[in-house]
Amino acid sequence: MSATDKNRLLMFGNEAIAYGAREAGCAFAAAYPGTPSTEILETFSRLPGIFAKWSPNEKVALEVGIGASLTGTRTLVTMKHVGVNVAMDPLMTFTYTGVRGGFVLVSADDPAMHSSQNEQDNRILAKFAKIPVFDPSDSQEAHDFTRLAFEVSERFNTPVMLRETTRIAHAKGLVTFGEWGEPVRGENFIREIDRFVMMPLYAKPRHTFAEHRTLELQKYSNEWEGNRLELNGSELGIITSGVAWNYIRELMPDASFLKVGMPWPFPAEKARQLAEHCERILVVEELEPFLEEEARIAGIAVEGKKYFPREGELNLDNVARGLYDAGLLGSAPIPVTGEPVIPRPPVLCAGCPHRGIYMALKKVNADVYGDIGCYTLAALPPLESLHTCFCMGASIGNSIGAKLSERDPKHPQVAVIGDGTFFHSGITGLLDAVTSNANVTVVIVDNDITAMTGGQENPGTGRDLMGNSVPSVKIEDVVIALGVKHLAIADTYNYDKTVEQLKAAIKHEGPSVVVARKACALFPKKLKIDPFVVKTDLCNGCAACFRIGCPAISNSGLTTEKGLVIAEIDADTCTGCTLCVQVCPVDAIVPLGDIEEVTA
Amino acid sequence: MSAAPVNVLIVGVGGQGVILASNILCEVAVRAGLDVKKSEIHGMSQRGGVVTSHVRFGERVHSPLIASGQSDVVLAFEAAEALRFAHEVKLGGALLASTQTLQPPKGPERKDSVKYPEDPLGRAKEVCHGRVVPIETQKIVRHLGNPKVTNTVLLGALSTSLEIPEQLWRDTISSMVPPKTVELNLKAFERGRQVVVVADLTV
Repeated sequence: MSATDKNRLLMFGNEAIAYGAREAGCAFAAAYPGTPSTEILETFSRLPGIFAKWSPNEKVALEVGIGASLTGTRTLVTMKHVGVNVAMDPLMTFTYTGVRGGFVLVSADDPAMHSSQNEQDNRILAKFAKIPVFDPSDSQEAHDFTRLAFEVSERFNTPVMLRETTRIAHAKGLVTFGEWGEPVRGENFIREIDRFVMMPLYAKPRHTFAEHRTLELQKYSNEWEGNRLELNGSELGIITSGVAWNYIRELMPDASFLKVGMPWPFPAEKARQLAEHCERILVVEELEPFLEEEARIAGIAVEGKKYFPREGELNLDNVARGLYDAGLLGSAPIPVTGEPVIPRPPVLCAGCPHRGIYMALKKVNADVYGDIGCYTLAALPPLESLHTCFCMGASIGNSIGAKLSERDPKHPQVAVIGDGTFFHSGITGLLDAVTSNANVTVVIVDNDITAMTGGQENPGTGRDLMGNSVPSVKIEDVVIALGVKHLAIADTYNYDKTVEQLKAAIKHEGPSVVVARKACALFPKKLKIDPFVVKTDLCNGCAACFRIGCPAISNSGLTTEKGLVIAEIDADTCTGCTLCVQVCPVDAIVPLGDIEEVTA
Repeated sequence: MSAAPVNVLIVGVGGQGVILASNILCEVAVRAGLDVKKSEIHGMSQRGGVVTSHVRFGERVHSPLIASGQSDVVLAFEAAEALRFAHEVKLGGALLASTQTLQPPKGPERKDSVKYPEDPLGRAKEVCHGRVVPIETQKIVRHLGNPKVTNTVLLGALSTSLEIPEQLWRDTISSMVPPKTVELNLKAFERGRQVVVVADLTV
């Protein structure tokens, strides 16, 4: 954030949400980190008078949030779009019971999959759960809508979703903000069996309640000024929401608009007014044709995805292209493309503790069922030693199913899962491996932090989001408690030993676990031991060091007499993990200090 | 300032300081009393990938993203990245580019069809619809004695292309860098300005 007027700051959407929640008197927050949602709770945790925590997964975070709301506390729960899938189970019933303290769930969607495995549109999940959803277009609206969402939650007795996208979450805009509200904390839990015990007897009337609530929310949606009708020219009316508003507003400033702030319940009355005023109605929205379908249900003839892409992000270019295709712009924007320039795919960092285990997995030629985290990057060349990635915790189940179904065993069946992901949803998978006596090896790569999202605490860290010391859980204790009979702890900077331990685990009949333990090279502090360099005269060009995929190692531009490429190590990037030294057959990689001494 | 927002695209490689530079630019624009939006990608790109930050400012800014080929200035922290984004400069705009080269890790096993470009800034001149100003940032920061002020050198260069008072830049930088480094950063800023002024005189 940056300072300007006292009550006006340049904020990311995520910061604005935290401010809006705090102003609304939100006193409690729980979340699981995930791009692009993570900074909401990080910001909120630094504001006065509140409590905020990471939970092991999104389902637990939502359940913790429900508990807080049931005491009357205003509660915020945040997650990325796919996290809402994990949390759907409690959400689908929480919608029946309703809230005591205002409850806002933030879903941070990631169109274009900048850092995700799919690009689902969670406005659909809000409708499915029968909860109102706000869809802000910039940081100011992210702030204002969050604040309002708490009011709507308590007024209509419903959980509320605030759905943002990457270009809201990670875009900065000026935000006028207000005073901190008095944090609203409840008293104790109040028993109300017929509202909070959702067995059939009590759940049926609560479903009826939810349907009545939807009718009330429809009225609200049609009245609320955030669903804004701007009647200008009568040739064209545009229905839009979220980030798309910015693009279409810039390209067609003179059109009439229904700028939707609450996609569900859809403001059908206002859409009809727009349709009465305009000859033609176009829907411009990112991802799914949500508003488009809602408008059709309301009996309005609209056009939308016919012209605008359903995949990826919208931008000024593809919206202009759609307008041209719809006959609304005189000329098509000419797409400018540059020269193809060498790609820079993301890579495991220099000194990354995951590298050693993937080198070992490649050595034993295992089929590797992967999971979600930095370690997913091992699927890319040159390591290419991770072969599936679906969702948090999927690796272990995938390996069990494949092992139990394979007819002609060729390769060891191995699951790789990170520490944060294991705590998130790997434990039940491992339980299944034990009870089905599946002959799989589960490698738990434990770097003591949730690294991919920027270094958040997890149940193994021993520290919470607020900076307090808390009990930590040891992965091996969990593994043993689940009944695994073969367990090894590997130091992944020791390559030969790691290979040996991995082979022993694979040889074991029944499920085995290797905990590959080493602190992350970036968090909590950046790793730097003594760097190494290549002695050019000794390098034989065998490329063994290239194959470990370290960003510190590159082509020196020199070749051996046989014309093989001689490697070079950038001493600034090298952390001194020594893995390349261990695979070099001719001892050509030496400490930088040795070379400097010689030349001095 | 005209009604259309000014578009500045800042590009580089993860870890080079692109985000800090775009934060300072945004703050300068805010202090100049303008509406500002910026958009960037976190996450995967931090692992050695390409980093881009779109900054737009003016009376009123809607889109957080710049349309393709519509950047008034592309400020590039790395030479190959300058080439990658050279076509984003609009007619009459400028590509201000560090001559620093950062090779992505690449061994003989990866037979990429695309190699690290030879003479990236020379080629950028052929692609770019605006002027191209190479900035020898490494040489400059070596003179200044601290590689960490590379982004301030580049901001100095950028400042010559924007209609924002020089003093506002200086005040903003002074308030946003560590107190002990204010003098060094202001020197770096001045060096960056000189590069562009000299380049323009010699055109």
